[in-house]
Amino acid sequence: MIRFTRVTKEFPRTGIALREVSFHIARGEFVFLTGPSGAGKSTILKLCYLDQRPSDGEVRVAGMSSVAIRGGDVSKLRRRLGVIFQDFRLLEDRTVEANIGFALEVTGAPTDSIAPKVARLLSQVGLSSKATAFPAELSGGEQQRVAIARALANDPALVIADEPTGNLDERATRGVFQLLRDINAAGTTIIMATHDLDLVKRAECRTLELNHGALVFDSAAPGASVLARDEGTV
Amino acid sequence: MSLATREALRGFRRSPVLSILSITTIAFSLYAFALFGLVALNIRSALAQVEDRVEIRAFVVDGTAAEATSAASGDIGAFPEVQSVTLVTSEQALERARKELGEFSDVFEAGILPASLDVRLKPGFRDPATVKAVAERLKSYDFTDDVRYGEEWVQKLYRIRNIATLAGIVLGLAFAGVAVIIVGSTIRMSVLARAREIAIMRLVGATDGFIRSPFLIDGTLKGTLGGMLALGLTWVSYSLITRYVIAAQFFDVRLVIAGVAAGAALGFVGSALSVSRHLRSV
Repeated sequence: MIRFTRVTKEFPRTGIALREVSFHIARGEFVFLTGPSGAGKSTILKLCYLDQRPSDGEVRVAGMSSVAIRGGDVSKLRRRLGVIFQDFRLLEDRTVEANIGFALEVTGAPTDSIAPKVARLLSQVGLSSKATAFPAELSGGEQQRVAIARALANDPALVIADEPTGNLDERATRGVFQLLRDINAAGTTIIMATHDLDLVKRAECRTLELNHGALVFDSAAPGASVLARDEGTV
Repeated sequence: MSLATREALRGFRRSPVLSILSITTIAFSLYAFALFGLVALNIRSALAQVEDRVEIRAFVVDGTAAEATSAASGDIGAFPEVQSVTLVTSEQALERARKELGEFSDVFEAGILPASLDVRLKPGFRDPATVKAVAERLKSYDFTDDVRYGEEWVQKLYRIRNIATLAGIVLGLAFAGVAVIIVGSTIRMSVLARAREIAIMRLVGATDGFIRSPFLIDGTLKGTLGGMLALGLTWVSYSLITRYVIAAQFFDVRLVIAGVAAGAALGFVGSALSVSRHLRSV
């Protein structure tokens, strides 16, 4: 589903954000991306939905390559992905159902298919009773569920979650995380950046750890990667 | 109603103050341009009226046979530059002089004014060089006594016309440039106000063309409304000037339509540039 091959990302003003990062995430996996602030987690996620292009190396996501993809195909790739953020990124002047429907409308879904699909998504995230509420009327956990429903609108093969529980209390965190696990159990690949090490420990999922732009730990290949982390190799 | 149109109208509804501000800004920048256009139009019209009076008068030697002047008249009328040739007999010249000079009419006596061929040129052939060339050709006829056309006056008129045209082009371009900048900045504000929507549309896989379309509709609508408001303001100004200052000429229907269409085009182009610039930067 995702393959990074010796990916380096350098920004003109801030310098190198990622240095020769390589990993592979198979279809159906649930992978945590951890590391301190500035380690390069968000950069990896942005590379996954091609908001950024690598300075060197290749990113392959859902069969598309950062090397070969044309500008117009980026939107096609994003229709196969769902992206969730810490700050939800909902449209405040639209209801919950309009926020979800918007994702379907702008990707050209047939008009008569939108309402039933929105209802199904709201049911999936447990917010059927909040369909006509505005984001400001919801709790943080509920807003994140709306964002998840929107991310699922186009039946993505991959969900990219950038600190989705960063703004939530413990109870809401558990709820949102369980929802993501359920989505994963249904076959969707998930990559989730997080600072919440307790959550990572409890979940026992594959973990990729970054530090100073380098991949220092991969729980799927413990031997070499743990060694690299323990020695502080970058 | 298409999603693009709904989104464009939503922009109007959601931030009416910003929308009204945009339309008013577009209207006033077009209004300034239209006022200048009105002044340029009236100067041009006044100059055209004066130019219309450019005339070459070839005086005919006394005693020339009527057949000779008549034949020459047909001949001269066939020159490509010539609009009309009028044969003015000695009696008609006297009558005209009496009319033009009013209180001195009694000083003229019959037979003192020569007959003439009065030649008017087509528009576009009233420049000093052409007038002089036609005058020279008229001089070549045997029966021509003298040819007059107010050489100095024609040259001055032509110089004024050139200055007016040049000033018109330079000032017109400056006004149009200012209008484009103001309209572009105004529409950029609308684009920035909806940056969050643009980001979400991109994130869920909307194409750039799809993202642009509501903004293009929005810009074109604002440009059209701004153009119509500018037209209304110009009409009020024109009416006041005509009533209290000087009788002036207003734009004809074609120019009115062109003005509103220019507003729409400004809105469209301004939106296209602003949203493209924004999409490149995010």
